[in-house]
Amino acid sequence: MFDYETLKFLWWCIIGFLLIGFAITDGMDMGVGGLLPFVAKKDIERRVVINTVGAHWDGNQVWFITAGASLFAAWPLVYATAFSGFYFAMMLTLFSLFLRPLAFDYRSKIESSNWRNNWDKALFVGSMVPPLVFGVALGNLLQGVPFSFDSLMRVTYTGSFFSLFTPFTLLAGVTSVAMVLMHGSTWLVMRTDADIAKRSAHIGRIVAIVLTLTFALAGVMVWQSIDGYQVTSVINTMGQAQPTTKEVSIVTGAWFNNYKAAPLLCLAPLSGLIMPLIVALLFSKKVKSTGIKVMAFAASSIAIIGIILTLGISMFPFVLPSSSQPDHSLLMWDTVSSEGTLSLMLMVVSLFIPIIIGYTLWCYKKMWRTVTIAEIEQNKHSAY
Amino acid sequence: MISEALVELSRWQFAVTALFHFLFVPLTIGLTWILFIMEAVYVMTDREIYRDMTKFWGKLFGINFAIGVATGLTMEFEFGTNWSYYAHYVGDVFGPPLAIEGLMAFFLESTFVGMFFLGWDRLSKKQHLMGTFLMALGTNFSALWILIANGWMQNPIGSEFNYETMRMEIVSFSEIIFNPVAQVKFIHTVAAGYVAGSMFVLSISSYYLLKGRDVAFAKRSFSVAAAFGLASILSVILLGDESGYEVGEVQKVKLAAIEAEYHTESAPAAFTLIGMPDDEAMETHYAVKIPYALGIIATRSLDEEVIGLRDLQKAHEPRIRNGMIAYEYLVKLRNGEDTPENIAKFNEIKHDLGYGLLLKRYTDNVVDATEEQIQMAVKDSTPPVAPIFWAFRVMVAAGFTMLLLFALAFYFNAKRQIEQKRWLLKAIFFALPLPWIAIETGWFVAEFGRQPWAISEILPTFLSTSSLAANDVLFSLIAFIIVYSILFVIDMYLMIKFARLGPSALHTGRYHAEQVPEQSAGLRHSTS
Repeated sequence: MFDYETLKFLWWCIIGFLLIGFAITDGMDMGVGGLLPFVAKKDIERRVVINTVGAHWDGNQVWFITAGASLFAAWPLVYATAFSGFYFAMMLTLFSLFLRPLAFDYRSKIESSNWRNNWDKALFVGSMVPPLVFGVALGNLLQGVPFSFDSLMRVTYTGSFFSLFTPFTLLAGVTSVAMVLMHGSTWLVMRTDADIAKRSAHIGRIVAIVLTLTFALAGVMVWQSIDGYQVTSVINTMGQAQPTTKEVSIVTGAWFNNYKAAPLLCLAPLSGLIMPLIVALLFSKKVKSTGIKVMAFAASSIAIIGIILTLGISMFPFVLPSSSQPDHSLLMWDTVSSEGTLSLMLMVVSLFIPIIIGYTLWCYKKMWRTVTIAEIEQNKHSAY
Repeated sequence: MISEALVELSRWQFAVTALFHFLFVPLTIGLTWILFIMEAVYVMTDREIYRDMTKFWGKLFGINFAIGVATGLTMEFEFGTNWSYYAHYVGDVFGPPLAIEGLMAFFLESTFVGMFFLGWDRLSKKQHLMGTFLMALGTNFSALWILIANGWMQNPIGSEFNYETMRMEIVSFSEIIFNPVAQVKFIHTVAAGYVAGSMFVLSISSYYLLKGRDVAFAKRSFSVAAAFGLASILSVILLGDESGYEVGEVQKVKLAAIEAEYHTESAPAAFTLIGMPDDEAMETHYAVKIPYALGIIATRSLDEEVIGLRDLQKAHEPRIRNGMIAYEYLVKLRNGEDTPENIAKFNEIKHDLGYGLLLKRYTDNVVDATEEQIQMAVKDSTPPVAPIFWAFRVMVAAGFTMLLLFALAFYFNAKRQIEQKRWLLKAIFFALPLPWIAIETGWFVAEFGRQPWAISEILPTFLSTSSLAANDVLFSLIAFIIVYSILFVIDMYLMIKFARLGPSALHTGRYHAEQVPEQSAGLRHSTS
């Protein structure tokens, strides 16, 4: 159907699409979980906040699971290298991810303030640690990660957990947290009213500005002080997955090469910079009309798309550069599964993604309403 | 060299996390259909009590489901974090079923689980029922794809090794889907899940009947569970795993280990009911045997042999020696000596490469392995027998006990005498752990019985690990044990609390605890 080269490129797009899907849907839940202690003071308010995502968090989380499994299927070496290399960071993420499903489901089962407060804390940790770690991890991708392969393709990672944290990667972590918090706030403004909506807009404005600043600062750092990577040998884009047979050199500022080659691509970082400012602007006055609310959510979603695309485009064709053995860096050309597998999985994805989006939207539509304190009081035994 | 400690700890961590996850999954698989049946009756008859049944058992389902989702994340991570060489070596084949599971099944299940809990007032009756159906369907599809992946580990067909990429790659995906081992496993495993769901409802309903509480509610729940459970346990036993033991080397080894059959017996083989397997002497002491039974069960015939472990090991030895040569050529090919002759020679013997890799446990330089190392690898080529032998017997004993209980429950329920049979209700109540005992021992037989392979005859477990320090894994293993223990306590606390409360947990005002205020005062917190 497609040749190997096209398939490889399409899979770069699909992985990006799944990550964007994850950030927009589950990132929203994580933002809501992170905002919980700040926008909702009383128990009933917290239940309002939780019930805006109550029916959807589980489906949303599957974007993450599917992105992970697709990485396994389409880029097995990336999955193997990143997950084992970032061992403790991954374990930290995993253990904090345990907290959300339990907190959502268990919190309101027992009417004790102690019980509920503890689950609220769990929800906060489970919502904020993963985006922080993902941000730090993506910052590390930009910096390069110390790994290499032996002749039988066994990967060895030579960094440590603490070496993951540098000023730049922490900045990336903060950017990621600000991004999900902004997104969560636009969701809460759409789906709640009164005090909760007001507080959400207020915090949303602040984190949106923080996001623009950190994203811009990260860009400056990538320009000035972060090593970029460049393939210096000819890439056989039709070739088999043999990531140790090319030559790569480290050049500061190389992550800007793609924008120089195709200036139109600058739209991605520009939306990452401007869209949060639009959110901040929309939230600077009292938000009343539905149109404004939806616009803020859309702006936030476009910001997310822009930020994730910025990362992908800057690094293209790199996926996981190696700082210790640059020639072993993983490219989207040479880290992929076989042609047959990519082709098969492309068909599966093209068949199921539209179906998934269809029934997901149907569910959102059915559950769509402004969640109010009165509603939760009426349904206090069945709501989350 | 990979350290033994790293391999052992990685295996322990995987076993602990998978077995723990597998406490919750079967109940989810079974309860979704039971919920669907109850809700379907509600929609057809419009009788409130069936809606209450759906909602109440749904509450218990939710407690279980949340922890199943949480612990399922671990499985997704661990192939990459702890088994990264495995992830690379077979990701091309093993990754797709997992990704398809996400796309086809898990999205469906997880999206509609939200509708199940929170959509009662926002969907029409039929829409809600359809949602419950899709949730159940998603759950079962999920099991299908996971078992297709697992079936391939047991019987890796439809794929081939590629020396250039140094991994297994898909040749025929339809072969992988229609792998007979995967198909049999799927039926066996989901039916075991239905048994778990049925036993859960049956046991807790028995408790209400024994207490004389909410009798109408409990009897209806009991009926659904008895019928569904009897059908399910019959499928588990009749369509048991046995038929899957004919194909694939690892399955043959497993069968011999299950039967502690060290010597090949002439057909039809006797079934060893009980005995003392001894791996050193390769004999089973004090064996009590039933003539002909094994041959008939395992081969469905009177004239086919069941091969014993001694002969299986004997057959592995030349394959290990052949594997050493395959390894030698692989190294040549990887070093750029990819002449057509070398490629042809390698292709001729690459099916034994996995056996050569067994030697990696003893020497990095497989080509120069000593005679002693070869003999050790031969000894390694089948798993320890006693744990498999006993685990299998525990599973079967639990299975037949449940068959008896479901049959009696169904019979007396049909005769409308179940309330009088207090001994049976008590027995059923105390039998609650049986499905889990059977399921966990069954998992153990299937996966421990696969050793020393991660992928049968292709990739030894030993070689599949990540390049981590043993202490890293020790640390995470301890963390898992602590955190999972806490999760287990929380889960049990909520389960027991809500199970004791019964349908009163719905706060409809129609059930036991709400009508007798003195008794509900015993509950420490009020619940929602």
